[in-house]
Amino acid sequence: MALLEVRNLTMKFGSLVACNDVSFDVEKGSVVGLIGPNGAGKTTLFNCVSGFYKPTSGRMFFDGREVTNLPAHEVARRGAVRTFQVVRPLKEMTVMDNILVGAFLRGADADTAREVAEECLCLCRLEGMADNLAGGLPTGYKKRLEMARALATKPSLLMLDEAMAGLTTTEIRDSIEIIRGLKKGGITLLVVEHIMEAVMSIADKVVVLDSGVKIAEGTPQQIVEDEKVITAYLGAKFTERMKRTGGVTRND
Amino acid sequence: MVTAMTLTGKRTKRDLFWLGLLALFAVIPLTPWFTRSTFAQHVMIQVLLYASMAQAWNILGGYCGQVSFGHSVFFGIGAYGTAMAVVKFGLIPWPGILAGAVIAAVVAVAISYPCFKLKGHYFAIATFAIVEIFNRLFMVWYWVGGALGLDYGFTQPGWKNFVWYQTKDCCFYGVLLLFILVFGIVRWIEKHRFGFYLRAVREGQDTAESLGVDSTRVKLSAMALSAFLAALCGAFFAQYNYRVDPPMVMSLDMSMKFVLITILGGLGTFYGPLLGAALLIPLQEYTRAYLGGIGGGVDLIIFGLLIIIVVVYQPKGIMGILDRVYVRFKRSREGGK
Amino acid sequence: MATFLQVAFDGLLNGLLYALVAAGLSLIWGVMDVINFAHGEFLMVAMYLSYWLGFIWKVDPLVSSVAGGAFVFILGALTYRLVISRTIGKSAMSALLATFGLSMLLKNVCLNRFSPNFRILQHTLLGGKTFNLAGIIIPLPQLVIGLVALALLYLIYLLVKKTRLGWAIQATAMDKEAAELMGINTERIYLLVFGLGGACVGIAGGLLPSYLAVHPEVGGLFSLIAFVCVAMGGFGSIPGALLASLLIGLVEAFAGFYIAPVFKYVAVFGLYLVVVMVRPRGLFGW
Ligand SMILES: Nc1ncnc2c1ncn2[C@@H]1O[C@H](COP(=O)(O)OP(=O)(O)OP(=O)(O)O)[C@@H](O)[C@H]1O
Ligand SMILES: [Mg+2]
Repeated sequence: MALLEVRNLTMKFGSLVACNDVSFDVEKGSVVGLIGPNGAGKTTLFNCVSGFYKPTSGRMFFDGREVTNLPAHEVARRGAVRTFQVVRPLKEMTVMDNILVGAFLRGADADTAREVAEECLCLCRLEGMADNLAGGLPTGYKKRLEMARALATKPSLLMLDEAMAGLTTTEIRDSIEIIRGLKKGGITLLVVEHIMEAVMSIADKVVVLDSGVKIAEGTPQQIVEDEKVITAYLGAKFTERMKRTGGVTRND
Repeated sequence: MVTAMTLTGKRTKRDLFWLGLLALFAVIPLTPWFTRSTFAQHVMIQVLLYASMAQAWNILGGYCGQVSFGHSVFFGIGAYGTAMAVVKFGLIPWPGILAGAVIAAVVAVAISYPCFKLKGHYFAIATFAIVEIFNRLFMVWYWVGGALGLDYGFTQPGWKNFVWYQTKDCCFYGVLLLFILVFGIVRWIEKHRFGFYLRAVREGQDTAESLGVDSTRVKLSAMALSAFLAALCGAFFAQYNYRVDPPMVMSLDMSMKFVLITILGGLGTFYGPLLGAALLIPLQEYTRAYLGGIGGGVDLIIFGLLIIIVVVYQPKGIMGILDRVYVRFKRSREGGK
Repeated sequence: MATFLQVAFDGLLNGLLYALVAAGLSLIWGVMDVINFAHGEFLMVAMYLSYWLGFIWKVDPLVSSVAGGAFVFILGALTYRLVISRTIGKSAMSALLATFGLSMLLKNVCLNRFSPNFRILQHTLLGGKTFNLAGIIIPLPQLVIGLVALALLYLIYLLVKKTRLGWAIQATAMDKEAAELMGINTERIYLLVFGLGGACVGIAGGLLPSYLAVHPEVGGLFSLIAFVCVAMGGFGSIPGALLASLLIGLVEAFAGFYIAPVFKYVAVFGLYLVVVMVRPRGLFGW
């Protein structure tokens, strides 16, 4: 049984169908990439899964239990935690306090929470920033704070919405390393990302959305060669490049 | 006491400051300044009372970011609770105080559950509307004294009846206990999960939700606690004045005092409510006492100006100014080395 | 039946007065998303101006209303310059709190200068005059204010919907940054809107001493009722505010007459709560 099962998810905003009958699974322990052009409905799908939107129709199961229509905090409590594409730091709180809010989900004890928070702080390379106000951080740090905060809740499924957008090449490489580390640590990931090199190098499976419809699902290799995906999103040049560099770029 | 419970179990520097402050308050009644002048006593009592009220409001409005203009309703319910016990039922005030506070908390939750769905100005106006409704209803509710209110008859002075006629020392210690209770609770909250959740909800409800925080529950709990403590302050107010009537306790002006003292001192800060009250109450009492007739409204003119200035130039209030001074001081010291 | 009609008519006339007071607030709220808490005190200031003009120089409130409008236009513009413009971009409550400070300031300055006494202007052109329309007694001052309200609301509506300036105002209301990119001086628009909002309430205040006593507290209740009208009507919608004002006038009149006078405002504020519980963004809000 998969950790997350999305079944026939449809989300409409008036006449606009942002997600149209989307179904897919996220296997336990895997990294699933969710890609697609701008406005494809990726963030909307995240919002539905994480309980921020009530889907028009369709059902979702997490860890064998139905989570459709659960409030957002309940979904998080069960272990599916998301980050926001447009970063949402708790501005007037310090970085440490931001992470502590996440850490408190697994217990009210302040000392334990602080230990967990320290770990996540280090893991996301925010050590020197603990006492800075989150609102004043540079963008890259804010992105990592999103991740650290979500991690502090000890999620079993971590959903990252473009956690690498706007980062420098080195920062991206760091993030890829962090994600690999998380996977090794047993966390399942659902990752929305526009940076193909990154997705292709970390994902076990890729799901492609276009105008709300799932147009492909498969391993990175299959996706890179999928005609529909190439026309809708990747473009022929990208596939050429991917093939030249040997399918997926690893660490270079 | 409460203050010993810090995050790590150690007493931090700021806790020493807080304990020192309490010690200072505790010895004030022994000083000649206090014993010689009932006016000074009155001012000190008012300062601590209004500081406690503002702090009670601060839990919801400052830490949790839900600016309510309806707190005089809860304050009033507290005042009526004790007054009803004493005047109507001929009891000692204590059961009335407790009942008033509990009722206030229940009413607060019942009212705010639907109101929290409203956004921004719609919420603010709803809280205004609620104050007006309660005010008018209490005016015609004859069982609780209607527009005339409830007047205390003579009862034996002392802690049992919580009234004193000759001296104000005990009153001062009474309000000091209230102050310690309210500030102690906030101090405790600040360091525990609930405090983090309060601030998280203020800074971003969606973010908080995404981290597993049940924002509705947090807001309702903050509301209940805030209303409970506001009602305790109301009870003290009634005992202190030996009477209660609707305009005295349940009015927009009273509601705004909760808000403005906190804003003036520093929204969402621990010492802000105390600083705000320590500035405003003496200003009010002394202008009223010394300017008399010509001074009508002078205190409120100054207060109005202060509020404008604070909101426009220093949204963190007096605490913000102190913080800035402190930073500059630290920097100049470091620069000197 | 006659009483019923009489009460209804009184309610409608009062509703129009509320609409007149609320119009400026609605404009400001709609364009800037700011509640001016000193709105009622603006009204009070204009009432005092009108009163003193009438008392000293025997100027009739009908004429003073122009002066009231002009005076509060300036007061509004100054308020924007000195206070509101500095709160934009800060927390949503800061403008409300700052204007609350302003309302305390204005109220208590008047209290200090003019005492808390109620002041009634004698011998005005309209004062005390009524006429009888098929058994319904219509007080002339209220009727005039009602007509002015309708005219003024129509003018605001035209201004916003039909003129170039109105187009700029709408653009600013919708998206400040985009409006700036289109070359609109949004700062000027805000200033103007605040001034205009003030002018509306200034005209109302200028007219009111025809039948209403002036005192420092007179603005408070008007403020609250105007908030309720605007919020109930829905975010800056002028027709919504008019409808809500009439509704509130009627509810107030009927509750006051058929239940008890004290229930007037219980009914009014209760109505607001019911409406926003059902429609959290007001009758005409989205
Ligand atoms: N709350 C909303 N109300 C109305 N329409 C919405 C809402 N949220 C998203 N949409 C629309 O749904 C569509 C999908 O948006 P979504 O944000 O999910 O895309 P996305 O795949 O995340 O795009 P991007 O890569 O740019 O982040 C878009 O057309 C968007 O305008
Ligand atoms: Mg997106």
